[in-house]
Amino acid sequence: MGKPVLNLDENMVKRARKLAREITDEIQKFIDVRSTTSVERTVARFYGIDGVNHEGVPLPNVVVDDVQKSGALDRGITYWLVNACVAKSMSPQEIAESVGRGEFSLVDFPPQNESVVAEKIEELTQEALERLRKVRDERDKMLEELGDPAQPYLYVIVATGNIYEDVIQAKAAVKEGADIIAVIRSTAQSLLDFVPYGPTTEGYGGTYATQENFRIMRKALDEAANEVGRYIRLTNYASGLCMPEISAMAAIEGLDFLLNDSMYGILFRNINMLRTFVDQYTSRLICAYSHITINTGEDNYIKTSDPIDRAHTVTTSQLINEQFALKSHLKPKYMGIGHAFEIDPDIENGFLYEIAHALLTRELFPEATPKYMPPTRHMTGDIFKGYAMNTMYNLVSIMTGQSIQLLGMLTEAIHTPFLQDRYLAIENAKYVFNNAKNIGDEIIFKENGFIQKRANEVLSNAVELLEHVKDIGLISAIEEGTFGDIARKREEGKGADGVFTKGEDYYNPIFEMMEEELEEEEL
Amino acid sequence: MSVKKVDLSHLKPYGDQMDDGAVQLSFTLPVPNGSKAREAARQIANKMGLTDVQIVFSEDLKENFSFFVVYGHLNTSIDYNEIKVLEVETPKMSMEEVDKYIQEHVKRQIVVVGATIGTDAHTVGLDSILNMKGYHGDSGLERYKMFKVYNMGSQVPPAEVAKKVRETNADVVLVSQVVTQRNIHVKNLVELADILEAEGLRKSILLIAGGPRITHELAVELGYDAGFGNGTLPSDVASYIAVEISKRVL
Repeated sequence: MGKPVLNLDENMVKRARKLAREITDEIQKFIDVRSTTSVERTVARFYGIDGVNHEGVPLPNVVVDDVQKSGALDRGITYWLVNACVAKSMSPQEIAESVGRGEFSLVDFPPQNESVVAEKIEELTQEALERLRKVRDERDKMLEELGDPAQPYLYVIVATGNIYEDVIQAKAAVKEGADIIAVIRSTAQSLLDFVPYGPTTEGYGGTYATQENFRIMRKALDEAANEVGRYIRLTNYASGLCMPEISAMAAIEGLDFLLNDSMYGILFRNINMLRTFVDQYTSRLICAYSHITINTGEDNYIKTSDPIDRAHTVTTSQLINEQFALKSHLKPKYMGIGHAFEIDPDIENGFLYEIAHALLTRELFPEATPKYMPPTRHMTGDIFKGYAMNTMYNLVSIMTGQSIQLLGMLTEAIHTPFLQDRYLAIENAKYVFNNAKNIGDEIIFKENGFIQKRANEVLSNAVELLEHVKDIGLISAIEEGTFGDIARKREEGKGADGVFTKGEDYYNPIFEMMEEELEEEEL
Repeated sequence: MSVKKVDLSHLKPYGDQMDDGAVQLSFTLPVPNGSKAREAARQIANKMGLTDVQIVFSEDLKENFSFFVVYGHLNTSIDYNEIKVLEVETPKMSMEEVDKYIQEHVKRQIVVVGATIGTDAHTVGLDSILNMKGYHGDSGLERYKMFKVYNMGSQVPPAEVAKKVRETNADVVLVSQVVTQRNIHVKNLVELADILEAEGLRKSILLIAGGPRITHELAVELGYDAGFGNGTLPSDVASYIAVEISKRVL
C-alpha cells in the first residue's frame, strides 16, 4: 500500500509525536545519569569476558558483583577491569577467571599509571567496536548478496528446548518458506539476572538464550539461506533483566531481530521501571550500532485488555517506543513497531476494525517495519476455526502492507507448534500473500467511512492519553495503571537493586563511542 | 425409509451415516515423503484399528519429514452405557440465584484468588471465568455481588498464589492451565497443591483447576477439589463454589 488512504488528521499526527517526544525527554534525563549491573556486565562482555566460574556463575556477573560488593561500581566496570589488566599484565578474560577463582578482587589494585590505563582502555574499546563492525558489515553484505525477501516476512517460532532439535525444525521451516526464525526462550528466562552459558538441550516452553545457542542457530540458518538463496533472519529476545547483555550477544553473533520493548518488562514481568528504562536505552544503542531490528511488544496490551476499547493504548505505546528508539539512534527502518490481530471473532465488523488498526500503524510509521502478531486470545482449540482466523489475519496484513508477519498457529492455546502446524501456517501465508498480492494498491477506503473514522478515532484517543501522560509524567502514568491495566510502582519490581547513579568519575567509553559514531552518521 | 438408530452399546464415530466409524486424522512421520512413506502412514493407521485407510494428502515437510491427512473407518466400538465419568455435581444456578444463595447460606462475600500458574502466559480461560464480561453472555465472577475476586494474571509462581491466599484470606483458589508441553500443566498443578499443603492452607480453601485439558477426574487425582474443562461457563463455577463453601460454613 504505497499511498495513505486513511486520511489521518496531520495536525493530530504531529501533536502525537511531539507529546511522545516530550514524555520520553523527561525519562531520558533519568536514564542519562544512571547505569545498571546489566549494562556493566555488557561492557565486560564487549571486552571479551565470557564463560562461567566453578560454581557456574557467568564471569561477567563475577566481575561486576565483585566491584559492586566493594561499593565502587558507580565508577563503572571499565576502569576497574582495565586497571587490573594493567596491574597484572593480563587480558580481561584472564582477570575475570582469576576473580572467579577468588584469587583477588578488582578493587585490590592501586591506581596504575593513568596514561597506560587510558591507552589500554582505548585499545580494548577499539578492538570491541571493530569486532562489532565486522559482524555488522558481514551481515549487511550477506543480506545484499542473497537478497531481502518480499514483505511481509514470514516469521515462525521454534521452541523445543533443545537447540539441536530447534535447528532441524528451523531448517525445515526455512525450506517451506519461512524468512525469519525466532528461538523462543525458556519460560521465565527474562527473570534471571544473568545469561546462561553454553549449548542447552533442556528448557520449558522454549530454549535458553545463550551465546553458544545463538552461534549454533546462526550457522545453521546461514547454511539454509545459502541453500534456498534468500537471506534468513534470526530473532531472539532482549527483554527482562538482561536486555543489554542479550543485545551484546546478538551483536557479536550476528542476529537480525530482537524483541525489545521500552515498557513490556515493567508491566508484564514486574521489572523495576528505572532498570528497564536504563537497560532498554543501552540495548537499543547496541541494536542501532549493529543494525539489529527491534520488535516492540504492543500486542501484549490487547492480550490482557479489550482490543477495541484499548486500541489507543497500543498506538500510544508505539509512539513512546518510537521516541525511545530514536534517542538510542535507531533508524526507523530498524523499528519493528508491534501490534496485533486480537479482536473477538464474534464481533460484528471485527475485520473492519482490524483493517483500521493495522493501517493506522502502517501510516503512522511509514518508514518503520511493522511487526504484526496473530490471534491468540480467541484461539480455542477448534483448530479449524483457528486456521480460518489466521487466514483473515494474513489477509489484513497483505492488504495493509505490514512488514513482519508472525504466523499464527492453528494449535495456538494447545501446545507449542508441531512441525506440521508450522508447515500449515506457512502454506496459509504463502497462499494469501500471493493470491492477494496487490490488493492494497487497489483499495481506496470510503471517505469518512467506518475505517477512516475508526483510525482517526483511535489516534485522537491516543493523543488524549498522551496529553494525560505528559501532564503527570510517564512514571506516574505507569503507577496509576495506564498501560495494559497494570499498575507498577517506581521503587518496586525485580532488578531495582541493580540500578545505580553514575559517579562523577563514571567512565564507559564503549557506549560513548557508539553514541558518537551514530550521532555523526545522523548528521 | 427408515434411519438406523444409534446403538449405544456399540458406539462408533459418525461420518455421514450411522456406524460408518469414520475418523479423520493428521500426523507427521520423520521420513521423506514418497510411496514408501505413504504406505508407512497407512500401516500406522491400520495399527490404530482403522480399515479402508485413505491417505488423502501427503506433503514433503523437508529435512526428511512428511505430513499426512488420513481417513479411515473404525471397526471396534465401545459401550456407552458402561461409561462412568466423575463430574462436578452442582445444581445449575444463575448469577442472581448464586448471589442470593451465598447471601442466605454464607452470609458474606466469598474471596476468590485466580491465577494462571507456571509457564503459561495464556489468560483466556481464567479471564473468561473471572472478568466481568465473562464468556458466551454468561457474566464472570467479578460481576457477582457476593464474590470478591483477585485475578493475579499469568505466569504466577505457585508461592505467590500461596502468599495471596494468606493476604486476602481467600476461600477459593482458581488456577488455569491452557498451553502445555510434555504435560507440564500437570507438574504445575501438583506443585501448587503441594505448596498450599506445605503452608497449611490447603484445608481452608476450595482448590479448583480449569483448562481445556483439565477434567474433574484429573483434578481430583491431583489433589484438587474440582476440575472444569472446555465449555465451562462462569455460572457453573460460581454455583459450585456457592454450594461447596456454604457446606463448609455450616
